[in-house]
Amino acid sequence: MVVETRSAQFDSISLDSGATLSPVEIAYETYGHLNDAKSNAILITHAFTGDAHAAGISHETGKPGWWDNMIGPGKAFDTDRYFVICSNVLGGCQGTTGPGAKNPATGRPYAMSFPVITIRDMARLQRMLVQSLGIERLLSVAGGSMGGMQALEWATSYPEMVLSVIPIATTWRHSAQQIAFNEVGRQAIMADPDWSEGNYYDSGKLPGRGLSIARMVGHITYMSDESMREKFGRRLREKEKFGFDFGVDFEIESYLRYRGNQFVSRFDANSYLYITKAEDYFDLTNGTGRLADAFRDVGTRFLVISFTSDWLYPSYQSQEIVRVLRRMNGDVAYCDLQSNYGHDAFLVDIAEQTEIVRGFLESTARTALTASPKGVR
Amino acid sequence: MPGKGKLSDRPDFHIIGELVEAGSRVLDLGCGEGEFLAWLVANKGVVARGVEISAAKVRKAITRGVSAYQGDLDEGLADYPDQAFDYVILSQTLQETKAPLHVLREMLRVGRRAIVSFPNFGHWSVRRAMLFTGQAPKTELFPYDWYNSPNIHFLSINDFESLCRETPFPISKRYFLSGSRRVTVAPNLMAQTAVFLLG
Repeated sequence: MVVETRSAQFDSISLDSGATLSPVEIAYETYGHLNDAKSNAILITHAFTGDAHAAGISHETGKPGWWDNMIGPGKAFDTDRYFVICSNVLGGCQGTTGPGAKNPATGRPYAMSFPVITIRDMARLQRMLVQSLGIERLLSVAGGSMGGMQALEWATSYPEMVLSVIPIATTWRHSAQQIAFNEVGRQAIMADPDWSEGNYYDSGKLPGRGLSIARMVGHITYMSDESMREKFGRRLREKEKFGFDFGVDFEIESYLRYRGNQFVSRFDANSYLYITKAEDYFDLTNGTGRLADAFRDVGTRFLVISFTSDWLYPSYQSQEIVRVLRRMNGDVAYCDLQSNYGHDAFLVDIAEQTEIVRGFLESTARTALTASPKGVR
Repeated sequence: MPGKGKLSDRPDFHIIGELVEAGSRVLDLGCGEGEFLAWLVANKGVVARGVEISAAKVRKAITRGVSAYQGDLDEGLADYPDQAFDYVILSQTLQETKAPLHVLREMLRVGRRAIVSFPNFGHWSVRRAMLFTGQAPKTELFPYDWYNSPNIHFLSINDFESLCRETPFPISKRYFLSGSRRVTVAPNLMAQTAVFLLG
């Protein structure tokens, strides 16, 4: 399945910060066919550094999508049955307006004059896209990590537009630990002299060192102690004994450096700052801590998934969501899937995830035929 | 606990299936792989929820389209508001719970009615096994060795009836089964399985 990233433009979008962006562009891909009733659409929301290319083989790059193992004919998000949409988030750097985009007022990239955005802003732009495709109600919104935050945001901000949501390996608010890791990444970027207060777009020098260190930290948090031990252990990189210097000794060092360097070529450092900030601001309760209020008028079905070895978005955060929904007698299915892959599990350890997502979507599609827009309560 | 097989393998399900009113809200405690809830949804149009401790079974239940969540039965019940359901079902699991009395009270708090089924420890086969072997009874009804049995509270029909009298729990209906056959004479001796509708 060869796919092409497309783009939609809108005159403007109002943001949580009070700022307005105009115009705004959103990159997206679609897979499968929208049925005549327009009732089989699913929105996939990507994680932090993901993009619109979720499935199939990219026409431009020849690469498979980031969730190609989950989306396609016969897969969990079965494109023979469902019309699947994935878009790049607001603030991103893969086709959707972000800090690297040209500010029409100045003719130069926004850089740090780009307004701070939130997860809700991301959902707001996605909603504009979905509506422009003529879709009034989504069968589901599904995503892992930051994608899960967007799914939760959809359920609470636009409950009438979503029959179900599938938040995976995520949280209803960023914790101190999650904010802490993001701050290390931001500080690494901002400490790089080539960052130049964000104005590096014309300098020909990217803040590559800072961005790659940020990514190295990120990769550590995506794995588990066990998966790192299994994959790398204490193996040395192309040598029999220690070098007694500060070059690469261990495989894990080599791996992190490789991942860090690779990241610089595909991701914009300023987008890193803006998107991590959006994650850190994320709190479904707007600071009240009363999750029940956030879910008050939500009739959406939930499938919440966590992974046993995920210490970046630990299972207890998912269980808090499930518990509140249960107290409200909401329609929630939950499973803590056994995996050794840590936070990465939702991307790589997909056999069981596929099974339950498929079953959940099928039953949601069945109830869609009979249920009111508010769902069952 | 007897295996939770297909609906046809579990005579108590047929009784429970008849007791549950169409379109009602049902919570199944220890829902296993969700076959029974899926059957109730398909045949009775109920709004179904399930709790199950085993991750593998919850997975199967969700795959079946049942809104099940992985959780401990006692803890799970505490979260529900009063009278959130029309029926709370505890099928062949009472004898496995740590605090049966607490579970029963909670069932009648979160549900308008409770449906409880359990294997009868007073059945003649159990009495005979105990009498002749002098060992913890191992029978068709209770097929486990004492050291690996999930059953931790053994009760007969008479035990349950006296608990309901003393507590009190209002018994609306009672059904006694031997296999899939209804038992009317000397149920505490002759019935393998009992189904009670409380409330």
